Amino acid sequence: MDWFPYILSLQVTALATVFLLIIGLGLAIFLARVRFPGELVISTVLNLPLVLPPSVVGFHLLLALGRGSPIREWFGIDILFTWQAAAIASAIVALPLIVEAARAAILDVNPELEAAARTLGDSEIKVLWRVTLPLARSGILAGFILAVARALGEFGATLMVAGNIPERTQTLPLAIYDAVQNQEYGKANLMVLVMTFWAFLLLLWARSLEQRRQKRFTEKIIKTKNATVSRHSQTTSQLSPRSEI
Amino acid sequence: MQLLVDIHKQLASYPLEVKFNLEGRVLGILGGSGSGKSMTLRCIAGLETPKRGRIVVNGRVLFDSNKRINLPIRLRRVGIVFQNYALFPHLTVAQNITYGLQDLSSAERQHRLHEQIAKLQLFGLENRYPQQLSGGQQQRVALARALAVEPEILLLDEPFSALDTHLRHHLQEQLIETLSEYQGVTLFVTHNLEEAYEICEQLLVMSQGQAIAYDQKQAIFERPATYTVAQLTGCKNFSKTRAISPTQVEAIDWGCTLNVIEPIPESFAYVGIRAHHLTFTNDPNTENTFSCWLAHTRETPHRMTLYLKLHNPPTQSNDYHMQAEVFKEKWATIKDRPFPWYVKLDSLRLFLMQA
Repeated sequence: MDWFPYILSLQVTALATVFLLIIGLGLAIFLARVRFPGELVISTVLNLPLVLPPSVVGFHLLLALGRGSPIREWFGIDILFTWQAAAIASAIVALPLIVEAARAAILDVNPELEAAARTLGDSEIKVLWRVTLPLARSGILAGFILAVARALGEFGATLMVAGNIPERTQTLPLAIYDAVQNQEYGKANLMVLVMTFWAFLLLLWARSLEQRRQKRFTEKIIKTKNATVSRHSQTTSQLSPRSEI
Repeated sequence: MQLLVDIHKQLASYPLEVKFNLEGRVLGILGGSGSGKSMTLRCIAGLETPKRGRIVVNGRVLFDSNKRINLPIRLRRVGIVFQNYALFPHLTVAQNITYGLQDLSSAERQHRLHEQIAKLQLFGLENRYPQQLSGGQQQRVALARALAVEPEILLLDEPFSALDTHLRHHLQEQLIETLSEYQGVTLFVTHNLEEAYEICEQLLVMSQGQAIAYDQKQAIFERPATYTVAQLTGCKNFSKTRAISPTQVEAIDWGCTLNVIEPIPESFAYVGIRAHHLTFTNDPNTENTFSCWLAHTRETPHRMTLYLKLHNPPTQSNDYHMQAEVFKEKWATIKDRPFPWYVKLDSLRLFLMQA
């Protein structure tokens, strides 16, 4: 039994997770909070990995990390065809999922609550930390889980930048491909089963979080409606102060 | 206590232009929906930025477009009770109330918490979440949260509008009591005349972004200076008018001559009288008394509104000159009298207004 691809996949996903959490959440907060020219272009570029073939994303990454790129020439970082490159490829492909979900969840927080926090003396950072993020938590978590699930299953871009080197950069999805090529179906079956099981669990978790959020949202709408109704009934009862006739 | 507000801001449909210098404690801002009253509050709190102007509280400048001062919200020391209270749903009542007290020692924090709990009668609710509270309790928590930080200005944005009618009266009394202990300036925004009158000493009346009246509440209700103010304060009866002698005016729409007591101002265009100030008499020869016929009536739980046509019988139900409002008991005594009735427009109650 060869455990290497299992362990490597965990390792790659763990590093990708850290990357997604910091960069993904940071970008989501930035895009939700800051209005700037070219915003639309930036968020479109960030969403490209959703629709581009992974090989294209991988090719871009090859250019970004390879010979002649600033990262390699200026900083001397050479990670092509290492497991770290696999982690970056997985993270880039999964990035739009966390950014979009977290941004939507942050924008969904009632701005009056954030305003109330400011009037109570909070700085912007504190508002984010004490009100926005706690209230956007389940939406952010749901997006995050989806992104991790996507990173775990990354194949194409990983192949481009990390290769498919057994015992070095061969993650589970790549190992499955190899096993099938070599007609080792027993080995492939187990790996497919494990991948499917994990993906199912993660998606189930994400869905249940999303559902809870939807439910809360519906309750909120009903409450707002009630408030509006009672306001209307008040408008018709506008009276002037009375005095006896 | 002094609050100076002089702001300009371009809104979607009209410019907001508000100017007042409050020397008192509680100012009511009265206006219809979309009149700019909430926007005024938001500018004072710093949630919106005026295009130009000044906001100064007790000598402390919160905003001054000339000097490029725009104090961040967190430093303004302005407490707000939002229309839907904006309580933090993920925090308990106690955590909501102490939200703004992070920099205090925990002993001081507890002290302030207990003070507010006692003042606003929130005993036993400390560990509940906002969703588990009634509307009235939520309102009190919002008030406690705003007062706990001891703000210099307290802004109340329609704090009763999300509540059922039967709760309002009680909470209104409680609010008056709470405000009487509060040392700062309170601005109370509402579109409800009775609320404004009961809670506030002075009133600012707003219409389409403009402050159209600013005075003691009694003055505004008894002697509204313009047609719009009279209308917004619930006056129903108006007639175009012109002076014919130092003590008499001709009410053109009502087709009659009226004696007036107040000195006739230089410029005026309307005469008005409130519906509940009209009285009925059997003696047609008293001052400002005219024959009238009933065009139709409208019934509310305790009062009747009578639509009256002066001088001649009405031709149809919407052919009327003025509205009188009487209690049901009074209605019972007059409804069977033969027409014409005689309605008296008491010269003490008449007021002259600009257009």
